[in-house]
Amino acid sequence: MNNNSKKNISSQKISTAQIIHIANLAAIPITKVEEEELRLAFEQTLNTIAELQSVDISNIEPTHQVTGFENILREDKVNQENMFSQKEALKNAKETHAGYFVVPRVLTHE
Amino acid sequence: MNNKLTLKKALDKLNDKSLTLEELYNDINSSIESQNKKLNVYLTLNRDAFETANTNLNKPLKGIPIALKDNYCTKDLRTTASSIILDNFIPTFESTVSKNLKNSGGVILGKTNMDAWAHGSSTETSQYGRTLNPLNTEYLPGGSSGGSAAAVAADMCIASLGTETAGSIRQPAAWCGVVGLKPTYGRCSRYGIIAMASSTDSPGPITKTVEDSAILLNYLAGHDPLDSTSAQISIPDFTKTLNLGVKNLKIGYLYKDLKGLDEITKIFSEQMQVFETLGATVDVVNAINPKHGVSVYTIVQRGEVSSNLGRYDGIRFGKNRSNFGDEAKRRIMIGTYTLSKGYADQYYNTAQKVRTLYIQDFKKLFKTYDVLISPTSPGYAKKIGATQGQAMFGELEDLLLEASSLSGLPGISIPCYKDDKTNLYLGMNIVAPMYREDLVIQVADAFEKATKWNRWRN
Amino acid sequence: MKTIKTNKNEYQLICGIEIHAELKTDSKMFCGCKNDPFGAKEPNIYTCPVCLGMPGGLPTANKKAIEWTIKVGLALKCKINLFSKFDRKNYFYPDLPKAYQISQYDIPFCFDGVLETSYGPVKITRIHLEEDTGKLLHKVINGKKVSLIDFNRSGVPLIEIVTEPEIYSPEQAKEYGKKIRQILRYLEVADCDMDQGGMRLEANISLAKIDQENLPNYKVEVKNINSFKFAEQAISFEMIRQAKILDNDEIPVQETRGWDSNKSMTFSQRSKEDAEDYRYFPDPDLPPIRFSRENVDFIEQSLPELPANIASRWFEEYKVEERYSAQLITDIQSANLIEESFNLLINDSLTPNQLASAIVNKKIDISRENKASNIITTFKSLFQLDDVSQDEILKKINIVLSQNSDAVKKFQTGETKVLGFFIGQTARLIGKKVDANLLSTLIIQELNK
Repeated sequence: MNNNSKKNISSQKISTAQIIHIANLAAIPITKVEEEELRLAFEQTLNTIAELQSVDISNIEPTHQVTGFENILREDKVNQENMFSQKEALKNAKETHAGYFVVPRVLTHE
Repeated sequence: MNNKLTLKKALDKLNDKSLTLEELYNDINSSIESQNKKLNVYLTLNRDAFETANTNLNKPLKGIPIALKDNYCTKDLRTTASSIILDNFIPTFESTVSKNLKNSGGVILGKTNMDAWAHGSSTETSQYGRTLNPLNTEYLPGGSSGGSAAAVAADMCIASLGTETAGSIRQPAAWCGVVGLKPTYGRCSRYGIIAMASSTDSPGPITKTVEDSAILLNYLAGHDPLDSTSAQISIPDFTKTLNLGVKNLKIGYLYKDLKGLDEITKIFSEQMQVFETLGATVDVVNAINPKHGVSVYTIVQRGEVSSNLGRYDGIRFGKNRSNFGDEAKRRIMIGTYTLSKGYADQYYNTAQKVRTLYIQDFKKLFKTYDVLISPTSPGYAKKIGATQGQAMFGELEDLLLEASSLSGLPGISIPCYKDDKTNLYLGMNIVAPMYREDLVIQVADAFEKATKWNRWRN
Repeated sequence: MKTIKTNKNEYQLICGIEIHAELKTDSKMFCGCKNDPFGAKEPNIYTCPVCLGMPGGLPTANKKAIEWTIKVGLALKCKINLFSKFDRKNYFYPDLPKAYQISQYDIPFCFDGVLETSYGPVKITRIHLEEDTGKLLHKVINGKKVSLIDFNRSGVPLIEIVTEPEIYSPEQAKEYGKKIRQILRYLEVADCDMDQGGMRLEANISLAKIDQENLPNYKVEVKNINSFKFAEQAISFEMIRQAKILDNDEIPVQETRGWDSNKSMTFSQRSKEDAEDYRYFPDPDLPPIRFSRENVDFIEQSLPELPANIASRWFEEYKVEERYSAQLITDIQSANLIEESFNLLINDSLTPNQLASAIVNKKIDISRENKASNIITTFKSLFQLDDVSQDEILKKINIVLSQNSDAVKKFQTGETKVLGFFIGQTARLIGKKVDANLLSTLIIQELNK
């Protein structure tokens, strides 16, 4: 990572427009009041973690898995025991119809 | 007052029939009845607990009542993660660890309050109200497994289960003056536990004594084919290293000169001398500054959270996304931001590289030292309301635990000092290499037995 | 190469294709639920905490699906990433229960392959493995417009095969699609039932001026095409639509379009201005995958001889034309059976190519229950002549000639092509199988009388 991007992070300011964009991406409905609260929380958090840019990570590989495991694979077998009946599958749903989950109409091409 | 029994003593008494399950459950239930309203420990109680216990006398855990953090999915028993999104959620399946517990004769007494979605170190983010610290109700119990730690501290169960991503078992255990064991990542299955940060989530016991943790871990741990990160490593008998002492062990004293710990460093250093009197060597060691761990943990955990909490859309179960509390909203959105186009490399990928540095650092330290020890948390329990306006309250409270948690290492917190003015305890955190819970138990047990800080032992 | 000429410009099609195909493993990709979404008698009967996105559900990867993906990659001459992993692709849609799809981002299992078509090679960029979504049904219930969700399909293993933008005609696109389907079926890894959505096509379409050197600076994605014919039509439609826009010195909107097979036109679905941001990251629930060279070699050795190879070998060895073999090589069993039948025709007056033609045109049964010897018997019976006396034939010829005096006149004035007409009429009148050569000779003999 070059010095340029380091600077970008530590001087990061978050705009209301960014908050709205992120809320859309995250599918979180927010109010006007929350926009500003979140903006401040963002800046507080981003300022704290900006210190990470001081760490020398050149030639370091990222760790996504601490176990070091590889090739943890499953044989292609049906596991009946773990499967839900239709009733169990639907048990906690807000709305069902004839064995289906129901949602208000999503994007169609009419 | 049979509710004050340790797991070990309760098992012994049930074994030699000097105690009946009825006596045990009566005392536990009256303890819950008299305290739960004030402390707000249990969100849901299992009405069938006693009845179930009676069918378990022939199993190793004999029907002992255990409290579960409310992020273990329990079949036919409400599971909320302390979020109103799951207010009506009754799982139709069982988490592997709670299944293991049940199969061994443990009985789920109830589900305990926590920080909503395990986001926090206080229980103040719970959408069902905070839990109070049983040691002093002006204080917080810590979190996120605050309810489970408080349940043990208040003798409202014999033992409990929590989960930890970085501190969520050990920090509340420290604040409540009990024992919290965070196993190696992968030692206990994550299947059926509401995911917070998938790459560090570790279920584990919160108990009255180290011995109790060792006993319980024997029944919780094990490979689970339903969890691809679950270790295919045989499980030792974790009680085997009890009473072995620490003679000739090499102990690294971590974070002694860290700024901000001044308040407790003097007390803690005195307690570290106990190990020397027991025949171990103690060296102050230098490790990578733990403050980077705060940043790494914040980025990794919020990134994973933003993805893990996507499924709460109100369609198949639960309520829709407008019901998230403030803390969950903040975490989901910051995680969304740090993973988004143009930022992932600066944040997420950088964090995972610094994580590698910590792993390497611990590997190096463990070449010389058997275990590493530090305070569990930078101070005593904080007062209620302390999280107000602190977007990173939890991360900063867990400063001393994040680096090792991100590295997947096992650790335990045990009480190591009591402040008589507040009745609050300090916790001692003992960390060992991957899969060496036995060492953690050995060292913690030796300290516990050599000192006066455990309330149940003495 | 197909170009489109307007009165202003000439444009070249630049097209890349993405094919999704469901693998027919017994269980789903990341859980042990039954993989049979089309066979399910009820919705939501093949689900579990994992594929229903319940809290605490964790994925476990299906080994066979991974091996099959490698197999497909090797069949398409891909290189294999010995180290690979699964990533989370985050987005919200009601048919995606976890709000992320487990997919592969920067390290797909297979890359850099190629598939030959009669219009030239098509380069394959990558093949990766992911999980399918649930299925949405749009209905009106109690006057309310709703979508119904069935998660039987959720988590079914899905491979995505992506080409370079190097498909240059609608016909090539169609052939490419058909060949991919043939290979997937031949390898017995996918049924590719297009009506049901077991195989789906997406085409990224743009036009470049014929002398333009750079790739176009836009592309239009046409999604959810469920037949090869529609793919061909949709691409042709887009070429005309986009050429008109480009002629006006405008750039077609970068968007996703659908194909309306009733109206035979594409229609706008959503614009891509707010570009997707899938926030990919390695799935922490799934450890990475590492193959040894030997693992890959082992899979490679298990590959059957592939359709393209068989077709060219059949041409070499049996002189069977490509137009037949393309239709005959659908699965290993029938290909073997047919080849066995070819071998029974060695030293026969009838040729394997005639047999191939007969199988295609006369629908001889080549299902696995049939035997090569039966096929040959059926085939030869098509050429068996009935016992008809020459007198009988001559009688019928004369009837035909007397009824068609105009045609007879035409023949006598040198219009010899009416001969075929006489042969056909006579054969029909006889109503039995007779030697066509004999018939022709006799008719000419009668006409010249």
